[in-house]
Amino acid sequence: MQKDNHRLMLEKVFKEHEYQEDALLEILHRAQEIYGFLDRDLLMDISGSLNLPPSKVFGVATFYSFFKLRKPGQHVVTSCLGTACYVRGAEEIVQAVEKEFKVKRGGSTPDGKLSVFATRCIGACAMAPTIVVDDEVIPKATKEVVIKKIKEVLGGAESESV
Amino acid sequence: MKILKAFEDAVKEFGVEKECKVARTGCPGTCAVGPAVMIEPGDYLYQNVTLDKVRNIVRDHIVLGLPIKDMLYKNEGFYKKQHRLVLRNAGKIDPQRIQDYIAAGGYSAVVKCLATMTPQGVIYEVATSGLRGRGGAGFPTGQKWGLVARAHGSPKYIVANLDEGDPGVFANRTLAEADPHAIIEGMLIAAYAIGAEKGYLYIRSEYPLAIQTLQKAIAQAKSISLLGDKVLDTSFKFDLELRFGAGAFVAGEETAILASVEGRRAMPRPRPPYPANSGLYGKPTLIQNVETLANIPIIIQNGGAWFSRIGTPKCTGTKCFSLTGKTNNPGLIEVPMGITLREVVFDIGGGVAEGRKFKAVLVGGPSGGCLPDTLLELPIDYDSLTRVGAIMGSGGIVVLDDKSCMVDTAKFFTEFCVDESCGKCTPCRAGLIRIKDIFDNIMNGSGKMEDISTLEKTGVFIREASLCGLGQTAPNPVLTTLRYFKDEYIEHIAKKDCRAGKCFNEKHEEV
Repeated sequence: MQKDNHRLMLEKVFKEHEYQEDALLEILHRAQEIYGFLDRDLLMDISGSLNLPPSKVFGVATFYSFFKLRKPGQHVVTSCLGTACYVRGAEEIVQAVEKEFKVKRGGSTPDGKLSVFATRCIGACAMAPTIVVDDEVIPKATKEVVIKKIKEVLGGAESESV
Repeated sequence: MKILKAFEDAVKEFGVEKECKVARTGCPGTCAVGPAVMIEPGDYLYQNVTLDKVRNIVRDHIVLGLPIKDMLYKNEGFYKKQHRLVLRNAGKIDPQRIQDYIAAGGYSAVVKCLATMTPQGVIYEVATSGLRGRGGAGFPTGQKWGLVARAHGSPKYIVANLDEGDPGVFANRTLAEADPHAIIEGMLIAAYAIGAEKGYLYIRSEYPLAIQTLQKAIAQAKSISLLGDKVLDTSFKFDLELRFGAGAFVAGEETAILASVEGRRAMPRPRPPYPANSGLYGKPTLIQNVETLANIPIIIQNGGAWFSRIGTPKCTGTKCFSLTGKTNNPGLIEVPMGITLREVVFDIGGGVAEGRKFKAVLVGGPSGGCLPDTLLELPIDYDSLTRVGAIMGSGGIVVLDDKSCMVDTAKFFTEFCVDESCGKCTPCRAGLIRIKDIFDNIMNGSGKMEDISTLEKTGVFIREASLCGLGQTAPNPVLTTLRYFKDEYIEHIAKKDCRAGKCFNEKHEEV
C-alpha cells in the first residue's frame, strides 16, 4: 500500500538524520516531498518519532511558508511576486488567473484540480515576470500565455467547470 | 541542456571534435538574453541561441572561422565598467568539475594558508584588505574574524548565509550555480583562521539547481581531501554540511539563521551576546554571506593590500548587483565600489526600457530606499547609501520608469515586510500593520493629509525600536518615498490621483 511505502520512506529519513531534533527542517522538507503536504496526523507522527512536543513541530511547520499544511491541487501555479516581477506586471497576471479560474491565491479550486500560490522571489528576476505552472517555468510571462498554459495542463475544456 | 546536446551533435557532424570542446558553464550575467553561448578564444558571446541556430554557429564560426556578427551580444556597455572578481569564474568554467576550478587557480589559496600562513596571518591579510560584509550591514570582515578567533568556547562554527531572501536579488544563487568551489574555499580559509572544524551552508530551498551544484561540489571536494578529518593531509579538520531554508525572509538575519540551523523557528534574539561569542548551540560562531566568502581566496592569493586598492578607501573591493526592473540590460553585474548609480543604470544597464523616462531606482530591496534622479551621481558605497536613507543590502537595484507609482511601491514593500515579520517585537509586528492600513486607506480614496506625518512618525519609531534588522530597515521604502516623492502622496490623498496611472483605476481594469 502506498501509505505503508510512504511510512517506510519517512522512517528512512529519520534514521538518516539520526532522529536529531535540529534536523527538523530537513525532515519536514523530506516528509513534504514524500507525502505532498504536511497534515496534522503526519506532524503528530513526526513529533512522536523525534520525541519533540507537538507545539514545537507545529510551530516550525507553520512558521515557514514553504511548508504546505493543506493538500495542494493536482496542478500548481506558482507566481513570483518579488520586486522585479511585480514591477513588470506579475500582480496583474495573478489577478487574471484568479478571475479566470475562480480561485484565490493560497488556495485551490473546489474540485481540487488547480492551486495558485504566490511566492516572494525565486531568483529568476531578469526573466520577470516569472510564473511556474507545475514544473515549467514561463519567463517574461503574459496573462494570455499563462492562462493558455494552465488550460492546457488542465486538459482543455476546464475553464467552465470551476 | 537541449542546446548543449545540439552543439555536441553538430560538432560531431562536422567532424571537429578534436578542435572544439563543448562544455557547460555558469551564468555570465547576461540573464535576459539566454540561452547564451560563449566561444573561446576570442571572448565571443552569442545571445538568444535557439535550437535552429546551433548548426549554423558550428558551421560558420567553428569550421569556417567566420563568427556570425548579428547573433553576437551587442551590449558592449554591459561589461565595460564591470570588474568581475567574485564572479571571476562564472561563465568560464564548468561548475560541476572541480578540476576546472583547480585549473583556474582554485584552492591554491587554501594550500598557501595551510603551508605558509598562521591563522593570525590570514586574519591580518583579510583585515588589511578592508573587506566588509557583503550581506548588507558592511561590518569589517577581518575584525569579525578576529572576534571569533579570540572568543572562548569550543567547538567553533562557521555558517555561510545563502538565504538571499531579498526579492529581486539572485547574485548568491548565480555564484553558487556558476562557481560553488569559490564559496567552499572561502569557508575553508575562514574556518582555518578562526579555529572552526564544522561549517554549515544555509541555502534557501527555492534554489534547487544551486543546491544540486553545491552538493556535487562538496562531494568532489571531500573525495580529494579538501574536506574531512585531514584536509590536504594536514592536522586541519573541516566538515561542511548543507542546511535548507523554507521560505522565511527573516532567516537571513544572523541570529535567526542560527535558530533555523538548530531546527527552530527563525526568530531573531537580542544582542549581546553576539554570535561571535555565543552563536550556534551557544558556541562562538562566524556568520558570513557567501559573496564575502568568495572574495577570500583572491585576497589570500594576491594579498590584502592589492584588494584594498580596488573600490574606495573606506569601501574596498567590488559588489555584485542584480540589476532588474525597467532596464534594458537586466542581469547580474559586478562593479567596483564607488561607481555611481548613473553609470550602473545608464552605462551598464543601457538606460530605461522601451525608451521611457527614468523615475527612481530602488537600492537594497525591501529594506532599502527609493532614490530619485537627483541622486544618480551618488557613488555606491555603504556610507553614502545610508546617508540618503537606503542600504547596500544584498545588492538589488531595480529601475523604475514613469509608469511606476511610488506610493504603490512603498505599499508593496510594506506588505512584504508585514508577511515576513517574525512577530516577536511589537514595533515591527504592529507598527508595520498600522502602516499597511494607512496605505490601504490612501489607495481606496479615504486617505487624510495627516496620514503623511503619521507614516513618518510610525516609520521612525519602528526603525528605532525594532529588535532586528528586518524591522529596523522595513520603514526605509516608506521614509525615502516620503522624503523624495512626497508630491505623489499628496496627489493620492488630496486629488485621489496617481500620476503613473496605476492607482484608482478599478473602472478601467481590463482582465
